[in-house]
Amino acid sequence: MAKELLKGNVAIAEAALRAGLEAYFGYPITPQTELLEHLSKRMIQLNRVFLQAESEVASINMVYGAASAGVRTMTSSSSPGISLMQEGFSYIAASDVPCVVVDIMRGGPGLGNIQPSQGDYFQVTRSAGHGDYHPIVLAPASVQEAIDFTVLAFDLADKYRHLVMIAADGQIGQMMEPAELPPMRPIRTERPEWALTGAKGREKNIVTSLFMQPEEEEAFNQKIQARLKIIRKNEQRWYEYLTEDADLLVIGFGTAGRIAYSAVEAAREKGLKVGLLRPQTLWPFPEDRLSELADRIRGCLVVEMNAGQMIDDVRLAISGQVPVNFYGRMGGMIPMPDDILTAIEETLTRLYSAAGLPI
Amino acid sequence: MLATLNAPISENSLQVVYEYPESLSPVVTHYCPGCTHGIAHRLLAEALDELGLREKTILVAPVGCSVFAYQYFETDGCEAAHGRAPAMATGLKRVQPDKTVVTYQGDGDLVSIGAAEILHAAARGENITTIFINNAIYGMTGGQMAPTTLPGQKTTSSPFGRNTTMTGNPIRMSELLANMDGSAYIVRRSLHDVKNIRKAKKAIITALKVQMAGLGFSMVELLSSCPTNWSIQPEKALEWIEDNMVPYFPLGDYKVRDEVNGL
Repeated sequence: MAKELLKGNVAIAEAALRAGLEAYFGYPITPQTELLEHLSKRMIQLNRVFLQAESEVASINMVYGAASAGVRTMTSSSSPGISLMQEGFSYIAASDVPCVVVDIMRGGPGLGNIQPSQGDYFQVTRSAGHGDYHPIVLAPASVQEAIDFTVLAFDLADKYRHLVMIAADGQIGQMMEPAELPPMRPIRTERPEWALTGAKGREKNIVTSLFMQPEEEEAFNQKIQARLKIIRKNEQRWYEYLTEDADLLVIGFGTAGRIAYSAVEAAREKGLKVGLLRPQTLWPFPEDRLSELADRIRGCLVVEMNAGQMIDDVRLAISGQVPVNFYGRMGGMIPMPDDILTAIEETLTRLYSAAGLPI
Repeated sequence: MLATLNAPISENSLQVVYEYPESLSPVVTHYCPGCTHGIAHRLLAEALDELGLREKTILVAPVGCSVFAYQYFETDGCEAAHGRAPAMATGLKRVQPDKTVVTYQGDGDLVSIGAAEILHAAARGENITTIFINNAIYGMTGGQMAPTTLPGQKTTSSPFGRNTTMTGNPIRMSELLANMDGSAYIVRRSLHDVKNIRKAKKAIITALKVQMAGLGFSMVELLSSCPTNWSIQPEKALEWIEDNMVPYFPLGDYKVRDEVNGL
């Protein structure tokens, strides 16, 4: 397929239906609305299910129903809407039904604004609803990655019977770039054996998140944790650039990671030994690779479009081996490459002088 | 007398007049003595049997006393978040319109926390059937005031009796949902005596037929008793429905679209 000029939101929507999306439920919210609008046309044209729900609360519970029937289903929203969906995420996670949720993050807290932000990092990786679990979280940094991760999201959801989220900031959703869409996959005709399709010629199937006996609930939690352990082992993904001889590792995801790439290039032009690690999965966080890199770098600079959230995961992975510095913008502000370059220079200066090395 | 009982009976002369519905799971329920959930469950199971729907039905249980309803029916089933049964049912039904999707919800679930979901399901004419158990109280959490608690009714969260100037008035949901153009069949029945129980079953059968015919949203509201949380004997509780609930929540057909009469 040839490259086309595509807007992130539209690209995600089109990639989802090509990946075999059978049912979409959603509610309008800026900056993700084009995603819903695109599917409102395309899903109907393809004779698939599209429904604009009365709220995000209803959307996610409709997704829960469709997922329980064993079809590929999805919803999308932006930060305040994602907050409303948290109840549903938790029930879905506790019922072993697969589905995909797209969060096109905007400035917050509260109603905030409609500019790009990465303020939902904690929300999507840690607290996507009550209870003990993590969704799988994919973080694209370009329209092409948004497309690729959308297809991947459905495959991972089915593979692990797990909730998969795509966490992209509003910049990825709103930006247009040349990108290539995947070929149209046929819709699956078979339903999983656990799906609620009517108890014809078999025992009844149940989808529930209720385990009244604490022993049973603990056993179920152990099952979730065992699955998460496998996901943590198999699914850590990241992009790496010029890390081989780097003294300083810049770490950023999504748009912040992409801008950090430009800053790293500029730093290299100045002869500074700087590399980039851009996590593509926020959960599981690429902790194994980061831990390896920590053995040979002098320090880290974490760049985020928030007050410093992913930095917690960086610190956990690095485990005190090297100093961790932070540069962030909040409230829908986007960092400039020059500002990150300045932070790189300051961090390197501090690291070299602490080691008694010439700058 | 004994001789008659011990006389050999030819199998041909036996006729089954009452048996365990195939759609009802042969298990002991957790419901309190005298609770009418058991009757409502049986009526729904009988209706599913009579219409041959068991193997294509998906039951959506609520949060509340009937949270375990999916354990009591021999159909596929699931357990929705509090109030969200109509949304979950919408997802289930939209992706497999040939299946029968039934939500079973109490008054706290349907009228309070799930008011938006049921209203919009009805407005969309979602082709699902809702069995709405109205017993004017929160049962599972131990007898707090519900959106259908009667004025003056004492509950654990309205210990001096429901004061409507402070809490507002009970909501009559059948009347409200009948106003939605998407509703095809909305009726209120009661489970307080045999005559009314028979009418309730007939209504449940009609509601399921409405769904089978694809006519839109159908709901049967059932006035029910909660002797435990009303703190009265089961028999008195049935009288209480008739004396107190029926006057406030009049029985009747609130929406019967023309096509329904032909079913």
